[in-house]
Amino acid sequence: MLEKALVGTKRYYGLLAILAGLFALGFLFYLKQLNFGLGITGLSRDVSWGFYVAQFTYLVGVAASAVMVVLPYYLHNYKAFGRVTILGEFLAVAAVTMCITFITVDLGRPDRILNVLKYPTPGSVLFWDMIVLNGYLLLNIVIGWNVLECERHSIAPPKWIKILSYVSIPWAVSIHTVTAFLYAGLPGRGYWLTAIMAPRFLSSAFAAGPSLLILLCLLVRKYSKFDPGKEQIQTLAKIVTYATLINVFFFMCEVFTVFYSQLPDHMAHFQYLFVGLDGKTQLVPFMWFALVGMTLAALFLVNPKLRKNETTLAALCGLVIITTYIDKGLGLISGGFVPNPLEQVTEYWPTVPEAIITLGVWAMGFLILTVLYKIAVSIKEEVKS
Amino acid sequence: MADYKNEFGLFAERPKVEKKLFDRNKVIAGIVIFLVMITIPLWQNLGKTVAAPTPSLDTPVIKKLAEKDKKCVMPTEWMRANHMQMLVDWRDSVVRTKEQQVTTSRGRDFVSPDGKQYLASLTNTCMECHSNKVDFCDKCHNYVAAAPNCWGCHLETGKKLAEAK
Amino acid sequence: MGIDRREFIRIAGLSTLLGLGGKGAFELLAPGRVEAEIIPAPGSMKAKRWAMVINQKKLDDNTAQQCAVACHRVHNVPDFLNPPDDKLKLNPAVAHRYQIKWLWTEHFHNAFPGDAPAHMAEKVEHMNFLVLCNHCQNPPCVRVCPTKATFQREDGIVMMDMHRCIGCRFCMAGCPYGSRSFNWRDPRPYVKENYPGYPTREIGVVEKCTFCAERLAQGLQPACAEASRGNIVFGDLEDEKSEVREYLRKYFTIRRKAHLGTNPQVYYIV
Repeated sequence: MLEKALVGTKRYYGLLAILAGLFALGFLFYLKQLNFGLGITGLSRDVSWGFYVAQFTYLVGVAASAVMVVLPYYLHNYKAFGRVTILGEFLAVAAVTMCITFITVDLGRPDRILNVLKYPTPGSVLFWDMIVLNGYLLLNIVIGWNVLECERHSIAPPKWIKILSYVSIPWAVSIHTVTAFLYAGLPGRGYWLTAIMAPRFLSSAFAAGPSLLILLCLLVRKYSKFDPGKEQIQTLAKIVTYATLINVFFFMCEVFTVFYSQLPDHMAHFQYLFVGLDGKTQLVPFMWFALVGMTLAALFLVNPKLRKNETTLAALCGLVIITTYIDKGLGLISGGFVPNPLEQVTEYWPTVPEAIITLGVWAMGFLILTVLYKIAVSIKEEVKS
Repeated sequence: MADYKNEFGLFAERPKVEKKLFDRNKVIAGIVIFLVMITIPLWQNLGKTVAAPTPSLDTPVIKKLAEKDKKCVMPTEWMRANHMQMLVDWRDSVVRTKEQQVTTSRGRDFVSPDGKQYLASLTNTCMECHSNKVDFCDKCHNYVAAAPNCWGCHLETGKKLAEAK
Repeated sequence: MGIDRREFIRIAGLSTLLGLGGKGAFELLAPGRVEAEIIPAPGSMKAKRWAMVINQKKLDDNTAQQCAVACHRVHNVPDFLNPPDDKLKLNPAVAHRYQIKWLWTEHFHNAFPGDAPAHMAEKVEHMNFLVLCNHCQNPPCVRVCPTKATFQREDGIVMMDMHRCIGCRFCMAGCPYGSRSFNWRDPRPYVKENYPGYPTREIGVVEKCTFCAERLAQGLQPACAEASRGNIVFGDLEDEKSEVREYLRKYFTIRRKAHLGTNPQVYYIV
């Protein structure tokens, strides 16, 4: 089926070229980082995780959201989603690949990455993260590829694929739960030390992932002969609506617990993010934009007219993506590290090399996504004709 | 039609394809060029000789040693073959135990077969006598293209020499 | 011959995997080939549980600074804020980001956040508290390390194995005291004077105070205790007759963030 990725329109080749170019640029800067050290980023002794880990956290959510198309189709026989499960699974493959790449790029000694396998430490959440991420990648590649191949030959997928699909449902939930556990079990970080971290992660994942999937479906419809379907997009939109509402609700729960209890340790992080601390207010506008934007997006999405109109739906999905990205990207990491355990404020902002490396990894992910989607869409076009 | 089995064991009807090597001349030419290129290191250096490495023991500390003391912590032949493994064992035993159990350090003194005790330290034992890294360690390492990065952290000059300076 | 393209690629891929994996497996499973005999050096100090008591009542600012200087000197800790060469001077914000500190001083409300009342004893308010890794009995940093590069020894010391650290910085996120530093860049140009008794570090690894394990192994007190003129007492918590226990019996001590359950082993006489 790979041969489907090798032929396409000029636009397709152009897109691949641009993405490959960005990836190459990012790779060059990564070589610079390997040579100089992570000091070329904006990270510091106080904020020791930043942009790379933020991308990883966000993308694990996007990857987990594939479960939102797989679950209705396999568990509840929602036949309509049969058209888009492959798109969800391939999105998960691209997203998890980006996750693993971001983790590798973030390591101080990537040459020693195999130490995690050589000296397994089941007590460490990072060990489990490595296992579930790689397992999920493998699952989605195997399931997606096989189902697509069977579709091409117009035969039913074998039974063991169904079992793997069932396994992928709790596994998807687990990858994001384990990622949340990276943060939620640290006694010294008040912003993260909350039981609702994993549910929050999942709710924002199920808001952002299907939103991205909707946008991708609209693009696929526009640029190919395969139509994912109006009903499918509408169902995804309903999922996004509920997930975004729940996400905002979870955030309000956090705010209540922290501010009603008046615990200074926990309040300080929210204060830094929303009003500033010690005169440092770099993130304040972003966080308010994210919060207000996400709430508005959720409320607007409730209106069925705005959902049914695919232009307004696309705009609202874009808003959901941006606001969840800010909340989970900038807000989560910086908010957790600022103020530091000694109540001092060191702000963090990514540097240009850091941003370029990040862009390179995103380009690599979108490159993989483009190739996989090309294959899937071409097969679907072929089957239809 | 023959039964068709793809990489995941599925059986399905497979279209019949005529087996033929297309562009035969180009493929064979490509293979030949590839083989030539990949064996360049072998035939490009035919007839040339590279002198064997000559690590030098000419250091101030070694010169001061009495004849009977002019020996390493282990016999020379053994060291030649095993110094890397020994240093790794020193590292694991000093920082953590040798068995990778993460409980404690075994200690810091190495007991050689003749009973003499040395501090198990690259910088403060090995490099004390062999203070000429470029003329000793690097000579053989460069010859075999080994690039151990021990000296990225471990210093080249030990305590005694530093004090002497 | 009936092999098709797909079959060929499958066989080639599996052979490569086996070839590479085989070599890797061999190296992983090969038994140690050396009968190395490593024993404790003469005079090496042993304890069941190392702990430190810092007498902040008697410790003056000058001595505290000297303790920090001594620690950083014998461990080749780089100084990014005051580089040895003017050409290496960094933007202060950058130097602040790169800084590596094992032992340093903080005021009470930073060292003991949340414990400082609005009106505090003047002396304590302006005191410079020495802060360092607390070598917790229940260390969160050890829990989170994916390779056991940081691990807890039998004698209570939370050690750092720079050879194994992959630089993921999970331990830095896990430490509730901010005691750990990372090598964001090559530290060697910023080390004032190479102390030969201890290595420097390379980029990409985390470092922190190790209660001078290498000095304890040679019968020496930690560098800070030695420089403290008797104001830092270091010894075996489980030995009832040790100086540490004597101090703990005599004086009231506080610990940093004790309510977190990490069980820190650095006690402060205030």
